[in-house]
Amino acid sequence: MTATLRFDDITKDFATGTRALSDVSLSISAGEFVSVVGPSGCGKSTLLRLAAGLEETTFGTVANNADVTSFVFQDPTLLEWRSAQKNVELIGELAHVPAAERRERARAALAMVGLAGFENQHPRELSGGMRMRVSIARALVAEPQLALFDEPFGALDEITRLKMQTELQRLFQVSGFAAMFITHSISEAVYLSSRVVVMSGRPGRIVEDIELPWAYPRSPELRYEPEFGRIAGHLSKTLELEHA
Amino acid sequence: MTDDVLTASRPLAVARPAPATAPARPAGLAAAGRAGSRMLPVVTAILGILAIWYAVSYLLLDPKRRFLLPPPHEVLAETLGNPQVIGPMLAALGQTTTVALIGLAIAFVIGTGWAVLMSQSRLAERVLYPYAVILQTIPILALTPLIGIWMGYGIPARIVVCVIVAVFPLISNTLFGLQSAEPSAHDLFTLGKATRGQRLWKLQLPAAIPSIFTGLRNAAGLSVIGAIVGDFFFQQGSQGIGGLLRTYTLRLNMEPLFLAIIFTALFGVVVFSVFAALDRVVVGRLFGPRRR
Repeated sequence: MTATLRFDDITKDFATGTRALSDVSLSISAGEFVSVVGPSGCGKSTLLRLAAGLEETTFGTVANNADVTSFVFQDPTLLEWRSAQKNVELIGELAHVPAAERRERARAALAMVGLAGFENQHPRELSGGMRMRVSIARALVAEPQLALFDEPFGALDEITRLKMQTELQRLFQVSGFAAMFITHSISEAVYLSSRVVVMSGRPGRIVEDIELPWAYPRSPELRYEPEFGRIAGHLSKTLELEHA
Repeated sequence: MTDDVLTASRPLAVARPAPATAPARPAGLAAAGRAGSRMLPVVTAILGILAIWYAVSYLLLDPKRRFLLPPPHEVLAETLGNPQVIGPMLAALGQTTTVALIGLAIAFVIGTGWAVLMSQSRLAERVLYPYAVILQTIPILALTPLIGIWMGYGIPARIVVCVIVAVFPLISNTLFGLQSAEPSAHDLFTLGKATRGQRLWKLQLPAAIPSIFTGLRNAAGLSVIGAIVGDFFFQQGSQGIGGLLRTYTLRLNMEPLFLAIIFTALFGVVVFSVFAALDRVVVGRLFGPRRR
């Protein structure tokens, strides 16, 4: 089976000459949820932008075989002058999807993230968690084969964050996209992912790549299992070694 | 002037679009209370001006020289009740308003168009911004003789003065607004394969609306000043309030002169308030009520 997304030995230098990523190879297949953790400034967001085609590699190639790729930004990045519904319709609008179909799909996507009844609210009227839900609905409305997440829950409070993790896990199961998920949080990565990749400090290289043993759906209590703690501890130690 | 200043994309004095985020939908009584407390400084200021005015009239000037600053009640009594004064003055005010509004409309079209052009490329911005700055910095009085020679001494010349004075805040605020969309929002449009037109129409322009209103509010005030200056220098055609100011000055008609000054001051305040209110309504409607 061909991978949905493949990085082949890529290196990325910024215009300033700084080497952001060095010899990174990684492939993500359908059905996989791959989290990337690493110290700040290790180039994990850059890796995501390369996958999206927002930036070009310096050496090496990125093969994105998904017909539709979606991106969920760090901030919800909603257009303040549009209602939740109209925000979700945006990408379809840009692609000239007929209005009726667009409306229907946006409505369904909002319902899927638990925002039925909030279609006409403006971003200003929504809480931080709800805004992130709109952002996820906008990403999933196009039924992507690949969804890229750039630390989407970093700005949320702890309780909202845990809720959103459960929610995202459910969406991953029903929608069947391959996911690449950037995060600072090891427990978030372990809870959500089928695979966790650890990156070193700048220039970013992959130093660890482990499969997680649990099937989906995972209950929130998994976080308190000894095995969960053991794996999280191992990843944490790997990160610290890299940080030192 | 250094190149940096000329090409700075951020206008030197952009008022933050604060009124755009004014508190929404207060309950009736609270609204009245809030309006009252907002008006209080204005009322106090007016009372203060009147007090100083009386003090100067009665305490500083001896009766022989009191004509230099007749007390407020005399000004009002001799002018408001006199149809030969108030009639022409209202007509002149109407004329000036027309000029100011036409000038503002033209400045709006030119200003936003200019800003949109500049927003489309760094090069366009670097080439076009210096002209806007020059337009802003050259004193309008230096241009009036030329405008008179080229345009004649009538109403078109007055409108041109308005446009020149009013256009800069529209250019700079609109440009600032067009460039205010977040980089991630631009990424979103890039990923959605947006055309240049879609990006402008669906991202940059809507994002710029609060700034455009800030620009409009400032430009409206300037346009009033421009219209009065225009009246003052270009006297052909029906007289504006600036023309009357000049006539009264030449004839030493002190009471009507003061009334005309009061009117021009009120006129500026009214125009500014109207655009501030328009700003609140439009931006409030477009961006939804603020979350409490």
